Amino acid sequence: MEIKKTSLNKLHQSNNAKFVEFAGYEMPIQYSKGIIEEHKFTRSHSGIFDVSHMGQLFIYGDESLTKELEKIFPLDLKNLKQNCSKYSFLMNENAGIYDDLIITKIDKGYLIILNAACKNQDFEILSNLLGSKFKMNLDNNRSLIAIQGPKSVEILNSIINGVDQLNFMTGNWFDFDNQKLFVTRSGYTGEDGFEISISNYKAEKFVENLIEKGAQLIGLGARDTLRLEAGLCLYGHELDINKTPVEANLRWAISKSRLSNGGFIGSKKIMNQMQDGASQIRVGIKPEGRLIAREKTKIFDDTDKQIGEITSGTFGPSVNGPIAMGYVDKEFSKVDTKILLEVRGKKHPANVCALPFYKKNYVKGVN
Amino acid sequence: MSEVKFSKEHEWITLEGDVATIGITKHATEMLGDIVFAELPEKGSNVEKDGTAGVVESTKAASDVYTPVSGEVVDTNQAIVDDPSKINEDPEGSAWFFKLKMKDQSEMDSLMNKEEYDKFAKESAS
Repeated sequence: MEIKKTSLNKLHQSNNAKFVEFAGYEMPIQYSKGIIEEHKFTRSHSGIFDVSHMGQLFIYGDESLTKELEKIFPLDLKNLKQNCSKYSFLMNENAGIYDDLIITKIDKGYLIILNAACKNQDFEILSNLLGSKFKMNLDNNRSLIAIQGPKSVEILNSIINGVDQLNFMTGNWFDFDNQKLFVTRSGYTGEDGFEISISNYKAEKFVENLIEKGAQLIGLGARDTLRLEAGLCLYGHELDINKTPVEANLRWAISKSRLSNGGFIGSKKIMNQMQDGASQIRVGIKPEGRLIAREKTKIFDDTDKQIGEITSGTFGPSVNGPIAMGYVDKEFSKVDTKILLEVRGKKHPANVCALPFYKKNYVKGVN
Repeated sequence: MSEVKFSKEHEWITLEGDVATIGITKHATEMLGDIVFAELPEKGSNVEKDGTAGVVESTKAASDVYTPVSGEVVDTNQAIVDDPSKINEDPEGSAWFFKLKMKDQSEMDSLMNKEEYDKFAKESAS
């Protein structure tokens, strides 16, 4: 299969990107400054991320659409206000996660942002569940650009006046160069920021404008270290079809009002696990010293019994030390529990710790 | 001090008397990206030509460090363990990895000189 390119591919090239294949797309892993500088620039200033490989699914319909979607997602969509977003999951009957996603209520429908590697399967699953009653469009004509970090609001507002009035996890339509863009105040770095859905043919010009105002392109490498410091899950690592939201320690994302009556796919399993607890749970892990424990590193207790596995592990540039997330047996999930990580045949001490590793600066109550 | 020689695994080596100093090349650090962890062989241990003699990790992945010659480890550079970013800053100078007392100096003969290595690195990168 031919590798796909986003509409910013030429711009990445002219900024000396190193490319990798990710979910069938040629994506920048880093630019010339490298992952650590890109990471720190995002935390202190403003980073631009091309996330156009992700799916933008628009679903339009009458009031019955909300009802149908509530049979799928563990959310109180009836009471979700227009232009407000929620983090959620597409699950199977066993509450195994097909994908994690952001859903936003828009005029006459919903916009769902899906992971690149999952988007085509998600579309099929949702088409089968919803039937032909609603208009569904997995829109390949739009790019998705994230701008993240403390200076992002000032930079973006100088190009699109009014975005500074958005609260975290809300969005709206704005104009740029005679085009409609959908902007949400959201992101996946632990920083204040925005995600902008924009027509492919305007994307390059838009990003060039952001760069002129002082923002810089950041690759997927730093996106990974940023999200891991923020304690955020990455599908295919922390989340997959064998993990449930309760096991992933994401029960906060399930609307309370939906837990009493269920009625969404996977609700039985979720309600059982909420009551009895899950046997394994996702935790933050800090290795002692400088040791890095990568994905698939085995976790042991002090009696040599394996009690879990690392799902992501790297060096956190803002934490200035190694960080990881993984799943451990329930009885080892308390903060400050001592565990052992097997790296290159030797066991090294580590501690279960609270997430996030790096504290967020999300904006609430602007208006 | 001898001419700097290079291995296909992207190590550099210099010889002073029978003691070799070994590190990784600038080209290697450019391929690895930001180095955030280094593990060195134990002082007093013996390492064999082309065997592993340490690990470096970047934000992305772990890579073995090989020794281009055999010998006994007589010194290691603790400064790069304490601050691995020094390896990116000065890979072919102050950020050496370890020193070996060589057994067989003829092992140097099969290694590349600078010109040969630069050509090799250029070709292996493309």
